[in-house]
Amino acid sequence: MNATGEVLLAGIGIRRVWGGLVALDDVSIEVRRGEVHALIGTNGAGKSTLVNILAGEIPPSAGTVELLGHDVSAWSQPRRARAGLARSYQRTTIFPEFSVLENCRLCAQAKHPRPWAVWSAAARCETTLAAARRAAARVGLEDQLDRPAGLLSHGGRRQLELGMCLATDPQVLLLDEPLAGMGAEETDRMLALIDELRPGHGILLVEHDMDAVFRIADRITVMVNGQVIASDLPERIRENREVQTAYLGERA
Amino acid sequence: MEVSRAAVVLSLAALAGLAAYPLVASDFGIDLATKILIYAILALSLELLVGQTGLVCFGQAAFFGIAAYATVRFSPEYDAAAIWWLLPAAVATSAAFALVVGALSLRTRGVYFIMVTLAFSQMAYYVIHDTPIGGGTDGIYLNVPPSVAIGPVSLVDLSDPSQFYYVALAAMTGCFVLLAVVLRSRFGRALAGIRVNEQRMRAAGFPTYPYQLAAFVISGAIAGIAGFLFATKDGFVNPELLSWHLSGAALVMIILGGLGHLRGAVIGAFALSLLEELFQSREFVGGFADHWHLGLGASIIACVALLPRGLIGLPRLLRARLVGARHAGAP
Repeated sequence: MNATGEVLLAGIGIRRVWGGLVALDDVSIEVRRGEVHALIGTNGAGKSTLVNILAGEIPPSAGTVELLGHDVSAWSQPRRARAGLARSYQRTTIFPEFSVLENCRLCAQAKHPRPWAVWSAAARCETTLAAARRAAARVGLEDQLDRPAGLLSHGGRRQLELGMCLATDPQVLLLDEPLAGMGAEETDRMLALIDELRPGHGILLVEHDMDAVFRIADRITVMVNGQVIASDLPERIRENREVQTAYLGERA
Repeated sequence: MEVSRAAVVLSLAALAGLAAYPLVASDFGIDLATKILIYAILALSLELLVGQTGLVCFGQAAFFGIAAYATVRFSPEYDAAAIWWLLPAAVATSAAFALVVGALSLRTRGVYFIMVTLAFSQMAYYVIHDTPIGGGTDGIYLNVPPSVAIGPVSLVDLSDPSQFYYVALAAMTGCFVLLAVVLRSRFGRALAGIRVNEQRMRAAGFPTYPYQLAAFVISGAIAGIAGFLFATKDGFVNPELLSWHLSGAALVMIILGGLGHLRGAVIGAFALSLLEELFQSREFVGGFADHWHLGLGASIIACVALLPRGLIGLPRLLRARLVGARHAGAP
């Protein structure tokens, strides 16, 4: 276990109010390099809202977000993405009509956009193609490069979505329920993949599958009703009385 | 975008056919074909926004009409203007208007976007219609068509209908090739990504707004080329060139032809214009020509209902039917 990696992404005192409802109340969280930080909590605890705020998809009502030591609170989502923050979605979000390779290539293109080079064909752009092939190989889709993404199996699509994140060459990965709807074998493969990515990246993992979370996480943050009730090492979380009553109640 | 060899061959054959057409056509036929080619350019400009970028613009006629009016307004009263500056000036005018409309309307999405683009085009319509700039309902005349000359040597006589036809054909082909090249570039691929899922593109790191705005300006410029040609062809412009009817007709063209394909825009422009001619001609439909809107409307509804992919999907549909029938008939 390596908890000494530098902090890559931090949310500090994040608050989000929807009308009269406080969705997030003074939430702070850190994602360090070399660490899988799991974010768990009941439905409606505010996990997805927090991920959306960290990614820059929605603004917080209060609080700051720091990425690689910069205050990025005022940065747009695309700017944060180009600075090294990639995210996946709870509902698989790919380009179904494009090939697997083109899905990855398009994401790699965000770092090498050159939109003015209208005379050169994207399909022959070696820079983005190389990055796309690397990313696809990393998630085990190197045999399906020319397949339309919409024809992949559910597990294949989840792999592709992670591949699309990797194609942007990120430092931080925000993975929103990457195991949702997966079979046991697919879950094992995805966990092995996340484990492989751990050394070079900081990974925030939102997940409902508790077995998977305790297998892979270096640190677990538990949210209930928009607040963090515990953030600690997995074994301590397992023993935490408050967590047991609030969340793991029936399991303990 | 994958383009099959058959599609390329068919496109080149169609181009050859269009090039040979004036040899056999009547004056009326050449005039009609020229008008359709100009509409095809307008439809291509809209296809870039609707079919490729996913922005449903309901104000394309404004770009067309503004360039047409600019062409007349910028021309000297009794002399021929050189096309070398008149065309860029007209195109720049419509592109500038597209920049303003795009910059503001792209802050909205979906139905609101459609309404805002319509509102801007209606605004332009009434400015042209009700102020001295446009000469009111009657429109204004272009007394002398622009010259296409290098020094003292005239290259093309735009007042000659068949020469003008070739200019229109060259312009349409040029716009088509330009758009095809742009769409296969990284910029074009980014537009395709935005069409499918804008949020995913933002998450990957694309600032989508400048991409969409650039598409808007390119589209406005191409519609401007069409507007320039239209004003030059008839030597006459009126506010109806900016009307929402024409914006709607351009949308019908690209939907009829098949969204998502440049060829669809051209096919749709021909199909709609020819259907309109057919239902207006007394030779073919007799007294029903007085109610030509009815026939046109019914045939459009039939096309959309029967051909969900537009006319461009017709061969595939037929092939599927034939193959399906053979399979069904097999023992």
